[in-house]
Amino acid sequence: MDFELGEDQILMRDAARDFAEKKLMPIAEKMDEEEKVPPEIYKELGELGYFGMLLPEKYGGLDLDTLSYACAMEELARGSAAVMLGLSVHNSLCCKAILDWGSDCLKDKYLPRMATGEVLGAYCLSEPGSGTDAGSLTCQAIEKDGHFILNGTKSWVTSAGFADLFVVFVSTERSLGPKGISCLLVEKGAKGLELGAKEKKMGLKPSDTRQVMFADCEVPVSNLIGERNQGFKIALSLLDGGRIGIASQAVGIAQAAFEEAYKYAHERIQFEQPIANFQAIQFKLADMALKIEAARLLTYSAAWKKDRIGREASKYCSMAKLFASEAANWVTNQAVQIHGGYGYVKEYAVERYFRDARVTEIYEGTSEAQRMVIFRNLGKK
Amino acid sequence: MWTTEAHEKYRLKVREFAEAVLGPYAALMDEENHYPDHLVAKMNEFGLLGMTVEQKYGGTIVDTMTYIIAVEEVSRVCGSSGIILAAHNSLGCWPIYAFGTEEQKLRYLPEITTGGKLAAFGLTEPGAGSDAGATKTFAEKVDGGFKVNGTKCWITNGGSASTIIFTARTSHAPGAHSISSFIVKAGTKGFSAGKKENKLGLRGSDTRFLHFDDCFVSDCDLLGLAGSGFKQFMKTLDGGRISIAAMGLGLAQGAFDIAVKYAKQRQQFGQAIAEHQAVAFKLADMAAQIQAARHLVYHAAELKEAGIERFSKESAMAKLYASEVGNFVTYQAMMILGAEGYGQRYAVERMHRDVKLCEIGEGTSEIQRLVIARSIMKEVE
Repeated sequence: MDFELGEDQILMRDAARDFAEKKLMPIAEKMDEEEKVPPEIYKELGELGYFGMLLPEKYGGLDLDTLSYACAMEELARGSAAVMLGLSVHNSLCCKAILDWGSDCLKDKYLPRMATGEVLGAYCLSEPGSGTDAGSLTCQAIEKDGHFILNGTKSWVTSAGFADLFVVFVSTERSLGPKGISCLLVEKGAKGLELGAKEKKMGLKPSDTRQVMFADCEVPVSNLIGERNQGFKIALSLLDGGRIGIASQAVGIAQAAFEEAYKYAHERIQFEQPIANFQAIQFKLADMALKIEAARLLTYSAAWKKDRIGREASKYCSMAKLFASEAANWVTNQAVQIHGGYGYVKEYAVERYFRDARVTEIYEGTSEAQRMVIFRNLGKK
Repeated sequence: MWTTEAHEKYRLKVREFAEAVLGPYAALMDEENHYPDHLVAKMNEFGLLGMTVEQKYGGTIVDTMTYIIAVEEVSRVCGSSGIILAAHNSLGCWPIYAFGTEEQKLRYLPEITTGGKLAAFGLTEPGAGSDAGATKTFAEKVDGGFKVNGTKCWITNGGSASTIIFTARTSHAPGAHSISSFIVKAGTKGFSAGKKENKLGLRGSDTRFLHFDDCFVSDCDLLGLAGSGFKQFMKTLDGGRISIAAMGLGLAQGAFDIAVKYAKQRQQFGQAIAEHQAVAFKLADMAAQIQAARHLVYHAAELKEAGIERFSKESAMAKLYASEVGNFVTYQAMMILGAEGYGQRYAVERMHRDVKLCEIGEGTSEIQRLVIARSIMKEVE
């Protein structure tokens, strides 16, 4: 057993760290306030290959192993959880849906442009009435003259406001329930596709989250990803990779919060000494470091397993996501606490980390959904 | 329980007021970082601004339990209004009433009790937070009064108060015995409020730095004896902490009420999510902790009402526990609401941001533990 990262992983981690520190951290506060990401950030990320991290070289991708991907994502999230989120959805859900399940025609048509970031993906699974119970979705597609006609509403769609391509899960055979779900590609600008207002959220404010509505939206049958009624299987297959992304994100946010708290505890003088001299603060910092380390190792281990045992790694991906997101919540809360009054205002980054961390326990499956997955996999070999 | 029928009748009345009058503005003030002026007038009409002061001085004095119920119920709907009331009544009005001369009471109290103006309390400084004894603001004795120089920070009602109590050193001797309390009116030459803080939560409440730049206060504005400032504010905080505890309790109750309603309505997997044990047990824990917090808060209120000289330990326990319960319960409420909990259509994410202040203001949780620990040590001496 070897606990060292390999050369590839270190290379990716250091490159992402460099980008995060130079390009993301200096503008993270401004992006949060203005609730948007400057377009040049995406352009630069595209040039560096961050939109095609999991795609093979023949489509212009970096062809990273999952562990390298996790290392890069953690570092990007340390710089900006909101920028990283868009990449996570694009890489692990949208690119992978087409790569793993799409026809050659769809792959050739979209993947080279997705790898550069020219075409940005959004992922439409949740609906107002269908969250944790994803199999109960009601957005409907009826086939007619070589097209699917879509009707329904998707909610909480990340990057919806500026995405070029939507991966949409629809019911094609209502009577079959989850087994009657299909996966379709819908291009931005398709007639009948409408975007809702930008959601007001607690954190990840630069990330553009909206409802996506379909009203008699026509999509060519050739935009079907995988086979008809195979959609739920596709959605489930993508979750593991998505969860490793969110686990990495949680570790990155927690790491950033820890670093700020550690620095502050050594600078802040009360009772004529740095507050880091007080055991109450020391033990808090020790516990924070411990939880981050444990979360990181679980995430690395799940990523490593995913490349070796595939879907059998689901349990570990859920464990990593659950543990890391709970750790991030705890750590960011403690980071605010160590900062006292200063932690409660926006001049200090921990205030933002606190808000950003909260959602890691909610999206890509709530903590409750992760526990369901873990339980169902207990007893399996 | 500790409440009488009259208390519970009053609770219904103030709840109705909070829901009808303050509720419609709670989300707006959070978004706009501004408190609508007319709400202060409404709270004044309802008798919420003079709750710690006798009629003789314009007050609408009530027993401690009634006051605590008012803060709890207002906070259940609107945290910002809760802290405005808590800071105004416990920290702004009460010290003048408790430590002021007859002349000071008659001169200053009517305006801030039923006159519709707010009061504030300036204790914390950039370098003196938990270590309040490290106050640097200096009041130099001059002919007929004092010349004050220094800076106070995180002052609730800092920009909206007409009357401000503050602490300053009146001698260069180190230690707490050279700290005195003064009263200053907004608009006094040399006194100014800084820019409004941009906070994580309680965004309706006006928090600012206060600057004293050769500000003259007359001998008549010294509150109590010179050198008694530290002792005074320790007593003030004993009472103030019960009101912050009541805020934590109210915010927890508000989030809990929303979560229960949501859990009973929200259908997933063919049933209300409240039917799932994971959610039901969360609700059970939330309810149990809220009830335990309420007992601690009401017990502390009863001790204050009984006129016991010091109830520091009980007040610190109430504040420590109720604020941590507030954090836990509001967060669990967010989790129960899932993505809706992270969005701003429901109030729970605002309540979660609001309640974090209860673990920081009027002594951090670390300071409460210090107070409790010291009391315990004394008891076994």
